[in-house]
Amino acid sequence: MENRIQNTFQKKRILNIYLTAGYPKLADTVTIVQELVKNGVDMVEIGMPFSDPLADGPTIQNSSEIAIKNGITLDLIFEQIQEIRKTVEIPIILMGYFNQLLQFGIEQFLEKAAQVGVDSLIIPDLPIDIYQEEYKSLVEKYGLKMSFLITPQTSEERIHLIAKESRAFLYVVSSYAITGGKSEIEDYQTQYFERIKSLNIETPKLIGFGISNKETFETACQYAEGAIIGSAFIKALENSPNLKETIKEFVRNIK
Amino acid sequence: MNYTVDKKGFYGEFGGAFIPEMLHHNVEELKSCYLDIIESDEFKKEFKQLLKDYVGRPTPLYFAKRLSEKYGANIYLKREDLNHTGAHKVNNTVGQILLAKKMGKTRIIAETGAGQHGVATATVCALMNMPCIVYMGEIDIQRQAPNVARMQMLGAEVKAAISGSKTLKDATNEAIRDWIANPEDTYYLIGSVVGPHPYPDMVARFQSIISEEMQYQLEEQTGKNYPDKVIACVGGGSNAAGAFYHFLDNEKVELIAVEADGLGINTGKTAATTQIGSEGIIHGSKTYLMQNSEGQITEPHSISAGLDYPGIGPLHAHLFKSKRGTFLGATDQEALNAAFELTKLEGIIPALESAHAMAALNKIKLKNDECVVVNLSGRGDKDMETYMRVMNNGK
Repeated sequence: MENRIQNTFQKKRILNIYLTAGYPKLADTVTIVQELVKNGVDMVEIGMPFSDPLADGPTIQNSSEIAIKNGITLDLIFEQIQEIRKTVEIPIILMGYFNQLLQFGIEQFLEKAAQVGVDSLIIPDLPIDIYQEEYKSLVEKYGLKMSFLITPQTSEERIHLIAKESRAFLYVVSSYAITGGKSEIEDYQTQYFERIKSLNIETPKLIGFGISNKETFETACQYAEGAIIGSAFIKALENSPNLKETIKEFVRNIK
Repeated sequence: MNYTVDKKGFYGEFGGAFIPEMLHHNVEELKSCYLDIIESDEFKKEFKQLLKDYVGRPTPLYFAKRLSEKYGANIYLKREDLNHTGAHKVNNTVGQILLAKKMGKTRIIAETGAGQHGVATATVCALMNMPCIVYMGEIDIQRQAPNVARMQMLGAEVKAAISGSKTLKDATNEAIRDWIANPEDTYYLIGSVVGPHPYPDMVARFQSIISEEMQYQLEEQTGKNYPDKVIACVGGGSNAAGAFYHFLDNEKVELIAVEADGLGINTGKTAATTQIGSEGIIHGSKTYLMQNSEGQITEPHSISAGLDYPGIGPLHAHLFKSKRGTFLGATDQEALNAAFELTKLEGIIPALESAHAMAALNKIKLKNDECVVVNLSGRGDKDMETYMRVMNNGK
């Protein structure tokens, strides 16, 4: 497991694609990941649908609602990841909200995630101080790695703290926005990317939020090891008559 | 036992700030300055002045003679319904708008369910000449047309929350997203003792004027500055927090919180969070909430829009778990009965929320000389449509 994340970051221009588990159809999770890998994606971030996803925009919230209606559960997600791991070697990041872990049971969740082959977790509403005090040792016990977020407003001191605790990668939120925002990168954002780059942080960085096409992906790659695309991919899946074709075209247009 | 918030923002094990990093700066900024500002003499003076001249405080503590005769105890009503805009909500919005101004913020956002907090926010924004955006669930906008019109007349922009269930919790989500997208100039004016620290503490402090006045009013009327029981309804719990605040450490005072049972706690149509909920995180705070086994937040139901929230504030979670508070519930029907009874006996038409608190009088043992204060948090004008429906069906 150590190797999956590290090996991936040997490369440059990492493309991490976010998908909502159980969307558009309950069983699509497995197919989508397999197709993404086939088309050269370097990492996947699988979202665990939550009723009140504060850090996400309308596109991801909508896909989450549909997935919940489809009947997605954490147990099913773990089964799907187990299925995916039979053929897939790239890192799998699991993203969700802290309440989901609390109800599942933190330790049971971590144990299960590690067992099915998850590499890293993103829990946006788990504060870093509470993580350090209460959950860090458990996460490490199961060999999982956290990835935490920073934003244009995160202080330098805090960036270093967050980077230190982000054992998979540092999630650089590109703007003052929730996911699925604007499609262009503004000047204040590139200045912020410059600032982050100049900090010479050892932790690999992936830029996310507002990365939606080749142009924004390339910009992100100038400042970080790669980027995460979420809402734009979910939108592409939304009206797809043929998942395989849509995914092939989507990835080819970016990388 | 300590019932005030600790340095990390917790009430016992509840509260905290479980927020994404995108909100960290905003919340931290507020946390670092709110106490210094609201504890300053200048702020206190302005706040008290506005509460007096603009809101109409102190609100009376009214000895309800006929109600007392019926229930065989000395029942007092704290008349928050007589505040400007018709409820206790304005105590908090006056406080927070002054704070926002002192912080140099120029744009106000708020969430609202039934529209009461929205109206109270739009009111103080008009007073202070600040732009105001109120997020309201699309379904609530349809249900609460008069309050939407009030907010608009007061100059606020009412934005429909079209995500999720399109009600209060979704309006809250949308307001939080707006705050994430506008971190510099925008102040998020939360209407209850919910959300990440420091909101629950700050809102409780602004509402604490309710029990502060009760203390000296009781002293004047009974010779004792505390009652035997205080009763208040709890949705998020701001009026209850205010009514309990100065009695939290006085174990002689029984604190009675009344939740909305809706159609009944076992019907799936309820907002009785402590009865059917469990511990978890909602809107950045660790507390009790209504959720399924997957941690998905479920939809509440109450006849009273102000109690129609799937969580309770962390202070109340602490009062519940530590057993400092007595938590009761009243169904839609019991609240309606209590509303008609109060109207008939005392000539006061209560808000449906407050009617839940009144309904508790039927559920507790009362002694003859006992002093009971019911916090009458709001007036019933906004609920006339519901009351009219009941009257018409009764014919």
